Amino acid sequence: MGRIDRAEVERIAELACLELAPDEAERMAAELAAILGYVEQLAALDTDDIEPTDHALPLATPFRDDRAEPPLAPERALANAPERDGFAFVVPRVLDEDES
Amino acid sequence: MAAETALALAEALTAGTTTAAELVETALARAEAARPLGAFVHLRADAARAEAAASDARRAQGAARGSLDGIPVAIKDVMIHEGEPCTCASRILENFIAPYPGTAVARLQAAGAVVLGRTNMDEFAMGSSTEHSVYGPTRNPWDPSRTPGGSSGGSAAAVAAGVVPIAFGSDTGGSIRQPASLCGVVGMKPTYGRVSRYGLVAFASSLDQIGPFARTAADCALALEAVAGHDPADSTSLPEPAPRLRAALTGDVSGLVIGLPREFFDADGVEPAVLDRVREAVAELERGGAKTRAVSLPHARYAIATYYLIATAEASSNLARYDGVRFGRRAAADTLAAMYRRTRSEGFGPEVKRRILLGTYVLSAGYYDAYYRKAMKVRTLLRRDFEQALSGCDLLAGPTTPELAFRIGEKTGDPLRMYLSDIYTVSANLAGIPALSVPCGFSDGLPIGLQLLGRPLDEATLLRVADAYQRRSDWHLRAPDPATWAGPGR
Amino acid sequence: MTAAPHPTYEVVIGLEVHVHLRTESKLFSPAPVRYGEPPNHAVHPIDLGLPGVLPVLNRKAVELGIRAALATHCEVHARSVFARKNYFYPDLPKGYQISQYEDPLATGGWLEIDVPAASAADDAYVTRIGLTRIHIEEDAGKSIHDAAVAGADRSHVDLNRAGVPLLEIVSEPDLRSPAEAGAYLRTLQHLLRYAGVSDADMERGQFRCDANLSLRRHGATELGTRTELKNLNSFRFVEEALAAETVRQAGLLDAGRDIQQCTLSYDPERHATRVMRVKENADDYRYFPDPDLIALHVDAAEIDAVRRALPELPEQKRARWQTGYELSDYDARQLAESRALADFFEAVVAELGGGARAAKSAANWIQRDVRAALGERGVEIETTRLEASALARLIALVEGGRVTAQSARPLVAELLDHGGDPEALVRARGLEAVSDTGALEAAADAVIAAHPEVVEQVRGGEAKGLNFLMGQIMKRTQGKASPGAAREVLQRRLRGA
Repeated sequence: MGRIDRAEVERIAELACLELAPDEAERMAAELAAILGYVEQLAALDTDDIEPTDHALPLATPFRDDRAEPPLAPERALANAPERDGFAFVVPRVLDEDES
Repeated sequence: MAAETALALAEALTAGTTTAAELVETALARAEAARPLGAFVHLRADAARAEAAASDARRAQGAARGSLDGIPVAIKDVMIHEGEPCTCASRILENFIAPYPGTAVARLQAAGAVVLGRTNMDEFAMGSSTEHSVYGPTRNPWDPSRTPGGSSGGSAAAVAAGVVPIAFGSDTGGSIRQPASLCGVVGMKPTYGRVSRYGLVAFASSLDQIGPFARTAADCALALEAVAGHDPADSTSLPEPAPRLRAALTGDVSGLVIGLPREFFDADGVEPAVLDRVREAVAELERGGAKTRAVSLPHARYAIATYYLIATAEASSNLARYDGVRFGRRAAADTLAAMYRRTRSEGFGPEVKRRILLGTYVLSAGYYDAYYRKAMKVRTLLRRDFEQALSGCDLLAGPTTPELAFRIGEKTGDPLRMYLSDIYTVSANLAGIPALSVPCGFSDGLPIGLQLLGRPLDEATLLRVADAYQRRSDWHLRAPDPATWAGPGR
Repeated sequence: MTAAPHPTYEVVIGLEVHVHLRTESKLFSPAPVRYGEPPNHAVHPIDLGLPGVLPVLNRKAVELGIRAALATHCEVHARSVFARKNYFYPDLPKGYQISQYEDPLATGGWLEIDVPAASAADDAYVTRIGLTRIHIEEDAGKSIHDAAVAGADRSHVDLNRAGVPLLEIVSEPDLRSPAEAGAYLRTLQHLLRYAGVSDADMERGQFRCDANLSLRRHGATELGTRTELKNLNSFRFVEEALAAETVRQAGLLDAGRDIQQCTLSYDPERHATRVMRVKENADDYRYFPDPDLIALHVDAAEIDAVRRALPELPEQKRARWQTGYELSDYDARQLAESRALADFFEAVVAELGGGARAAKSAANWIQRDVRAALGERGVEIETTRLEASALARLIALVEGGRVTAQSARPLVAELLDHGGDPEALVRARGLEAVSDTGALEAAADAVIAAHPEVVEQVRGGEAKGLNFLMGQIMKRTQGKASPGAAREVLQRRLRGA
């Protein structure tokens, strides 16, 4: 399993869109290392032939029939918007380097 | 003297010796007295009064909706209530008003319950102490220098302090049972899928479950009946209709076989008093005719590690929607990337960030198999442990938490130590089985809980045993002293 | 467009097509699927990614996905899994897209395509393109960066499209030219419309294409470094962009430089590709099974039910027409290409009384006249005013000798543009065939008198002269001479009778 240091924490923080102050990154690295150290114990278990459980209880696939309901009233859809223009949500301009 | 139970209040309402309006006023007055505990983050006095008046009007016309009609209840600040705030005790959701109805609260309202207010919690339900809240900590009514446990500490404290007879919380790894234990009330995590998660703000989707707090198992049964049952809006909702639980409360446990998992009684680092009280409680049930048998959960020791991998992985994804675009707090920034980073960094507290980072790490390229997939496989082993153990008995019993209520600030500097508070509770979430905590005594004036775990969908047996135990004990009739609350103040 | 193969390099192309499934509501929410609405007028709390919402899968979307898989010979898996693809973007409300990753709905199919001749020196050909996988996912919303709309430093976000059900269809890198890519896309578009899977309207964003392209020296087996072309919003641009990218990559390779993995866009005005983003390290989307959803189980009975409900697909139609109607492979392929054209053809055959003879006539008229008129106008049959019954009546008039084929043919375009009754048109234009013996004898006599040397050759036994004389009669009658009657009269007059 992986080792986690400050550089790794910073890489992960970028993926998670979090900004960490240098001392915060240092502290997080130490805390995450402790937690991951604890988690290492799982490596001892042989799970090669074990199916993963994604849900505790077996369920049939639930479906919804293809029927449209009236959409949310636009005013309600936008009521919590930090910034809007007409009926659009507004964000700082998406620059090329932001694109994913 | 403990406050009245919901069932007693329901009787009084039926008999006409009280009104819903009176109950709301009493609850609001008690909430005021309990204010130093910080159990509530939002009281809806006017709306609750209006709903109580509507309930009284229904009753006057002979159209009362059932035992919950007119009963004041509290809900955790993680449950969506249409038209009301829902902040998850996080700065990032300040000012958010829910524009849609969540299933559990909608069902409570349909049953006529009066929602008094929203209770404090660890931010996004991540914590075991209700200290990680933007509103400040909630205090334990039995000792305000201590935490009520968490993450549903506000709901546990509100019931323990007698403000409301019933409150709802959510339990992802013990967030109902552990605070119920530390606050001396009953708290139940139902079978995964029993209560709709539509309108429960997600922490870890495959583990989260809404459940009730009350002083008695009978009130828990009443509360759970109201919110349980299939919901087509939740794909993980079980198809079964709401169970009839109160009918199961016979007071009789004779012939029931209680499994005692070795691992729950052998573990290091358990407060001796906790094990003593739990053993005494089991003995009391044996006197009532129950049988016990030793069982083993060989993979229980891996539960915490498994839990923290799965829960944080799911959380890292579930919390990606808090980006300042459509709702919630947004930090000022010139570029989109900076807006995202600042919004999330200022909006989330340190524990949430820690878990998002851990979860992002365990899902990231190169680590998925070693961590996340591995944890999902160990989950299978744990599930099998419970199937095996429960094949030879009706339910399992053990401690809810290894310790008594701890002091505020005692563990915040050591996240791993805080996580180990959940050592007995996380397994039930991983296995999806129902579990509850029922008060079984005190040590140094602090409550201790007995945990009962059952087969999937068999909440009835757990409540039946807890109810029978409460008929044979009086721990739940004790109440904390409000005079001690004023001291620490907020 | 470069039609000829590159002299040095073999072009290797794979296509990723995203199509909107034809549903009333979204993939995981009951919001309606609508186009052209004002921003955020077709959203449900689920599409906004509000705290506490949960997805529930649209049954119809799965059914349409299975239909597409069956129509392309894919294997539909008994169990597929919805996974979260995690990344941040303003039009991705939850911070993840629900898609399928490790366990897609279907894998391993193929599509047969007709590639038109690149030039007069080449032949058209048929080839089979492998499909890697088909999976179901939700669409994202739209970010509008247009400064005229959003201002210089802002972008707008519209989530009407967020959650619309999409099918992602990924081809193997089996395509060897831009023309093959174009043929693949057209065939796929027609097929999806046939099967009722999607309206596949590119202008509405219902059919979108990303392409990847790499070059390798002819005869090499290893694949070269590929680049990805995004947002190609017409078939023509796909072909142009792939041709331009071939030139760009070949230039780099010729200069001894490496190809960098990158994403490009196509500038149709400059006829050139432009690098949008260089992939320095692989994206880390942190896929994992969506815990809000249960794995999708599809049993054999359900697959069978979808198979039975499938409309007849082009290859089945072709087979039926070739055996039942004795159509040529070529005619059958062309007529079956779009569902509307195939339906039109069958309707004409039925109007003509059915059978191989009727089919032959209908095929001739459609292939020769209708398709030409459609091509000239750049339209599809379903958008014209030409009714199957009208074409059938016109054919019947010709076959009944009431009008000559030569007179009737220009009427096809007229019916296509304006509709109407062919018989009335023939009358109004005075196009009735001349079979009146007197008029034909006069014309024949005049022609014989005007071309004595040809008459001599014919009388000497040279048959081709007869055709010349027939042409002259047609000319004199403005094409209205009924060919049978005219030939008879001409032969009689040549014998001196």
